[in-house]
Amino acid sequence: MRHQKDGRKLSRTASHRRALLRNLTTALFEHERIETTLAKAKETRRVAERMITYAKRGDLNSRRLVARVVQDRLIVRKLFDTIAPWYESRPGGYTRILRTRARQGDAGEMAMIELVKTAEQKAAERKRIEEAEKAAEKEAKAKAKKKR
Amino acid sequence: MALPKRRHSKARRSKRRATWRASTPMARVLCPHCGQAKRPHRICPHCGHYRGEEVLLVKEA
Ligand SMILES: [Zn+2]
Repeated sequence: MRHQKDGRKLSRTASHRRALLRNLTTALFEHERIETTLAKAKETRRVAERMITYAKRGDLNSRRLVARVVQDRLIVRKLFDTIAPWYESRPGGYTRILRTRARQGDAGEMAMIELVKTAEQKAAERKRIEEAEKAAEKEAKAKAKKKR
Repeated sequence: MALPKRRHSKARRSKRRATWRASTPMARVLCPHCGQAKRPHRICPHCGHYRGEEVLLVKEA
């Protein structure tokens, strides 16, 4: 019977699935938005949301529980020090899944999973990216001049 | 072992395949941002918008 058995198998053995979800969760905390298949995104959400809840507690025990999944010290630190404070007043629902496209090749349903951010956070990010682009452009121009 | 005795004509092959089609047409809605047809509940592949602003995917160079 499959009573009470939840979660997707994702066509993997238990250890392979565990490793996959660790990797996806870690990548999500590193990049803040990742693209994967819809099924993987939905499974990643279960793990990632729990990790953020632990991070909000912030004690040593929760840090150890997170370190079992996120096996990268820098990213654990980022999760506790940077990401967790964003969600102080949010009772869950820290991630968002958006459907994107059908994958070329097998038409697999692709989706983005991202950490939810406020409008101000997004605006600040966009500004930072634009400024970096401008700086890169200037540098490229300066280089081209030097060559001539 | 069973083997085909005769080659089937192209017409026969095509008639067989003529029934292979989706039972319902794929759902389409017009993107509220750029007006082009897109699949519902998905980020617009033409302009990268979804639900109001949500500018995602900086589209092509
Ligand atoms: Zn559009």
